[in-house]
Amino acid sequence: MVPDKTELLELQLLLEAIFRRYHYDFRGYSLASLQRRLTLAKDRFDCRTFSQLQDRVLHDPSVLPILLSYLTVQVSDLFRDPSYFRAIREEVVPHLRTYPSLKVWVAGCSDGEEIYSLAILFREEGLESRTLFYGTDINPDALRRAETGRYAMDRIAQFTKNHQLSGGKSSLSDYYSAAYGAAVFDRSLRRRIVFSDHSLVSDSVFAEVQLISCRNVLIYFNKDLQDRAIGLFRDSLSRQGFLGLGSKENLRFSQHADSFKEFVPGERIYQLRGEL
Amino acid sequence: MSEPLDQPARVIAIGASAGAVDALAAILPALPAQFPYPILVVVHIREDRDSMLVELFRRQCALDIREAEDKLPLEDGVVYFAPPDYHLLVEADGWLALSVDEPVNFSRPSIDVLFESAAQAFGDRLVGVVLTGANQDGAHGLRSIIDAGGRAIVQDPSSAYAATMPQAAIAACPEAQPMSLEQIATYLRDLGSSK
Ligand SMILES: C[S@@+](CC[C@H](N)C(=O)[O-])C[C@H]1O[C@@H](n2cnc3c(N)ncnc32)[C@H](O)[C@@H]1O
Repeated sequence: MVPDKTELLELQLLLEAIFRRYHYDFRGYSLASLQRRLTLAKDRFDCRTFSQLQDRVLHDPSVLPILLSYLTVQVSDLFRDPSYFRAIREEVVPHLRTYPSLKVWVAGCSDGEEIYSLAILFREEGLESRTLFYGTDINPDALRRAETGRYAMDRIAQFTKNHQLSGGKSSLSDYYSAAYGAAVFDRSLRRRIVFSDHSLVSDSVFAEVQLISCRNVLIYFNKDLQDRAIGLFRDSLSRQGFLGLGSKENLRFSQHADSFKEFVPGERIYQLRGEL
Repeated sequence: MSEPLDQPARVIAIGASAGAVDALAAILPALPAQFPYPILVVVHIREDRDSMLVELFRRQCALDIREAEDKLPLEDGVVYFAPPDYHLLVEADGWLALSVDEPVNFSRPSIDVLFESAAQAFGDRLVGVVLTGANQDGAHGLRSIIDAGGRAIVQDPSSAYAATMPQAAIAACPEAQPMSLEQIATYLRDLGSSK
């Protein structure tokens, strides 16, 4: 017996409809994971099939933002995988110090956790004042939350622990104040951060940067999209710039693998090879 | 979509929680190096990023034991462990996929997530096995496996270190076969040699 592929077909048609109507392109994403999350969305909208959900989203634009919260995964932490941030601090920062001015791009920044982590790390290392940070994502709600820098208080214990394990040189509590059950990160951290809407699937290079951190975004893409995104990173990095990926992502099978060398292999930090 | 693969003739998917290491130690080392199918394993375990389970079972097994990697094709005779803190899924065309989606049943990796995606991908070529555990993960997923035409095996709750998970699986899937660990090992070995 072959598994019933009708639902898969409906899923592909739904993604095609969202692309044609709203220009959000999820057609090259990992379908297994999308199927699971869109099944939850289908239940939420009381739809029996993905075709019904397609009908809803085509005719009711207010459904789209909610659907986007299922199509994209907003799961993150400050200093998530502390050893990655420790490697940035100990191995990458010494190189970055040699530049008079720096640009850092966090691609797929979600609610801002990763970019605030880097902003704090750069402040601790004395690099913040010469750095401009770009945080990009396709989910407008996530970008809005990232701008506010506000996180539920019950996440702070984990954030604090991560920060310490990453080699933090200050106390995380120096960077936020408590307000109405939330921790609000200091405005001064945001002065050097620009958040904007940018898709790794459809948009192009917007700046030359020395460090790109793109973690746990590429695992949601198929190989062609991964190659597109990595090509974009290559074209955005200055000579010998750095690229950091998620702990289970790597460049091994990418068509651009030869453009990079492993810099901290265990932490998936790569360096663009200089021109020969 | 990625290019279609030579699909494995059969796939085994195993989920285990509390007591998992001993339970798996009664099954995996009993299988020969030439076992003709891939085996996917989700274990709930608190640990660091790199799976100790892989090291542990590598020492005990003739089979090739690896940590599952994103966007790799399945190979026969290889056991793939879900990495800690990632869900393991299978794409419809047979590639492995990882995700950092929210925990399911308080677990990441979650057995349900693996079983449901594997059921979609492999239908009646899939054998799902639920072992010992103190939660309910895997019950829904095993249901999906049966509904897609696959086979369901559950560790006999009375012989399990923690009975809750096998009990939940049996409640959701009355047609599942309860077996002791030795029976499961023998069943899989026979399945392999009857190819
Ligand atoms: C799992 S989160 C990763 C958060 C953070 N980087 C981390 O590792 O903790 C994935 C993020 O990628 C974003 N994303 C998905 N598709 C994207 C695309 N085409 N371009 C840019 N960002 C995208 C999602 O909206 C989501 O915020």
